[in-house]
Amino acid sequence: MAEAVAGSGGGLRTADGRPLGEALAQAQGRARRRALLLVAPLLLFVLFSFVVPIGQLLISAFSDDDFARNAPALGAWFDENPRGSPIDESAYAALAADLKAAKENRTAGQMGERINYEVSGARSLFTSTARNADKFEPPYREAILAARAEWDNPRLWESMRQASSSVTPNFFLAAVDLRRSETGGIERAPEEVRVYQMLFMRTFALSALITVLCLLLGYPIAHLLATLPLRYSNLLMIFVLLPFWTSLLVRTTSWIVLLQSEGVLNNILVGFGIIGDDGRIRMIYNQTGTIVAMTHILLPFMVLPLYSVMRPIPPSYVRAARSLGASSWTAFRRIYVPQTMPGVAAGGLLVFILAVGYYITPALVGGATGQLISNLIAFHFENSNWSMAAALASLLLLAVLILYWLYDRLIGIDNLKLG
Amino acid sequence: MKKLLVTTTALVGFAYGAQAAEITVMSWGGAYAESQIEAYHKPFTAQTGVTVVSVDADNPAVPVEAQVKAGNVSIDVADVEYPDAVRLCDEGMLETIDHSTLPPAPDGTPATQDFLPGLLLDCAVATITFSTIFAYDASVFPEGPTSISDFFDLQKFPGKRGMGKRPRANLEMALMADGVPAAEVYDVLSTPAGVDRAFAKLDSIKGDIIWWEAGAQPPQLLADGEVAMTTAYNGRIFNAAIAENKPFTVVWDGQIQEYDLWVVPKGAPNLEAAMEFVKFSTDTQRLADQAKYISYGPARTSSSALIGLFKDGKTEMLPHMPTNPDNMKNALGSNFEFWADRNKELEERFNAWLAAN
Repeated sequence: MAEAVAGSGGGLRTADGRPLGEALAQAQGRARRRALLLVAPLLLFVLFSFVVPIGQLLISAFSDDDFARNAPALGAWFDENPRGSPIDESAYAALAADLKAAKENRTAGQMGERINYEVSGARSLFTSTARNADKFEPPYREAILAARAEWDNPRLWESMRQASSSVTPNFFLAAVDLRRSETGGIERAPEEVRVYQMLFMRTFALSALITVLCLLLGYPIAHLLATLPLRYSNLLMIFVLLPFWTSLLVRTTSWIVLLQSEGVLNNILVGFGIIGDDGRIRMIYNQTGTIVAMTHILLPFMVLPLYSVMRPIPPSYVRAARSLGASSWTAFRRIYVPQTMPGVAAGGLLVFILAVGYYITPALVGGATGQLISNLIAFHFENSNWSMAAALASLLLLAVLILYWLYDRLIGIDNLKLG
Repeated sequence: MKKLLVTTTALVGFAYGAQAAEITVMSWGGAYAESQIEAYHKPFTAQTGVTVVSVDADNPAVPVEAQVKAGNVSIDVADVEYPDAVRLCDEGMLETIDHSTLPPAPDGTPATQDFLPGLLLDCAVATITFSTIFAYDASVFPEGPTSISDFFDLQKFPGKRGMGKRPRANLEMALMADGVPAAEVYDVLSTPAGVDRAFAKLDSIKGDIIWWEAGAQPPQLLADGEVAMTTAYNGRIFNAAIAENKPFTVVWDGQIQEYDLWVVPKGAPNLEAAMEFVKFSTDTQRLADQAKYISYGPARTSSSALIGLFKDGKTEMLPHMPTNPDNMKNALGSNFEFWADRNKELEERFNAWLAAN
């Protein structure tokens, strides 16, 4: 206990004569250091397992040095000769030098793969030309064009020019269905490969729909749970939580069992003669499957915040409104609902953000039309196009952050109650 | 950047220390991996004392590439398809395999002449020929489909179709069903109009396709009645039909033949044992042994003569082999160069086509 006394030098001092501020700072500093030491393992863990890898991944959305690393001579040529210069003998000499090195180091495939993202067929062009690269003699232009005439393609050279700097916006362009044109400008990707804009839209639309469905289903459940006597509501709560504790995969596959065309639901419908045996309804491996399974899986995330907000609302408010002449609908709409808004907001935000990044359920029950953007992110990861996957993931993150910001502006994040 | 990634992966992933007498072999799961365990893994362990751990993937080339890129390899030997073997080798992700160390045929023919032409690559050794066929449930269609065009004929043979969720084999089948002779398929597919034509044919049944991703799925889809017919790897259907007595029939018309090869990823933790395993499992007897467990043709000429009965002791294997002359009347050899080159691009288009409503 620091008992303050007025010292000779002015200002407050502790009993042993040290300035109060200094003593306080020392004591608090010690406590802070101890606290920091206690959380240090967690901080380090988060740093190494979360911040660093995710940061690296986001960086890799801008950079791919598979080509630049293996093509130093071409890189130098592109630096000296700005866009628009003729592709002359010196360019082909640089190409020949890089291909020769590529043959020795077995890197022609890597180089070609990077260009192949933009110019199809480039992979085999690089590997097949590199196979004989040590036999090229000047003039290199004739020698290389004699080996494969496709080298005389302006799009190829433009693509190599862009790839020779390891930092590139191309993956972000591709992630919104754009690409670089032959002259280095920006144009839309050919129609048959446009998919990402549509998938982003679908992801947000389906997530919104799932959020609304969760709200419609979850609100009455949460209301019931909040108003029943505790011993009943605890029992019901277990029914809500039990699926929550069950593995995601189990819940998803049980929907497959229920909904598939030879599944339980269809068999019941056929059994009662409601539909014919040849008219079985397709409820899974399409968008319906994704919506049904995801709504079920995300429902607890809506019910729990709603319940925690509804439970402490005193029933007397609604009773008061009723006694003042409000109809039950008016009392519900004007008295009850506004009080549950923090729970609705929290549940909605939680379900929506989880749904936007959902991967495994659409992959299992979504068929072709129920796929979300996360499934394509997974696809690119699997196919080792990490830059593309990272670009898509960054865009998704950005979109969610924007929505979060909008939400904060419109509803206010303080208005959120998670329980 | 890559180094950092390696460090963090190693820190987080707690890379398991390489254990001496053990190798990890990655394959495709189901009846196929089972046949490899019986024909290769068990005898290898019996002879050398090295335990073989068999792990499965939908396509082992994917984890191999990811592991080599991340510099954290746990696979010693992987079973991959031809275009992937060529591509990974070109990109420097595989160990080279010295062909002269492979065991010769029993009559002394060196391995380089004993293997079927083109089946020894710088970084890969072929084990089997398999084929993508389509199969149907004979209890659903007693008067079954007989040609590849029947697969696309929803009027004559109504019902859902199962297809692999990737462009390879599907595009070729679509063109053959559209009347392109097998010999011209890749010429047509090399043109933009040909690709459009193949997608248009797929489009005609798109609403009725159920997509499978792992080789073990199609027999399951057929057995569940979820599809009326499905494309599949011939050995999986053979296994369901013969070993599990399912009423499945293979249609060989329009079959697409491919190969599976052993590769050793660069940085494999037990390189020496891995190479020993590759040599051991690709000798004449082992390759012939595998045909005892699944209907895939061996990659060595000298093994063919040793093919006999299925493990049940009564089923002749030859009529079930993709290379049996009776099954070869309208067969297509998959063009690995085309797919090594165009796979990424066509996969992109395939994804876009798939995702569109």
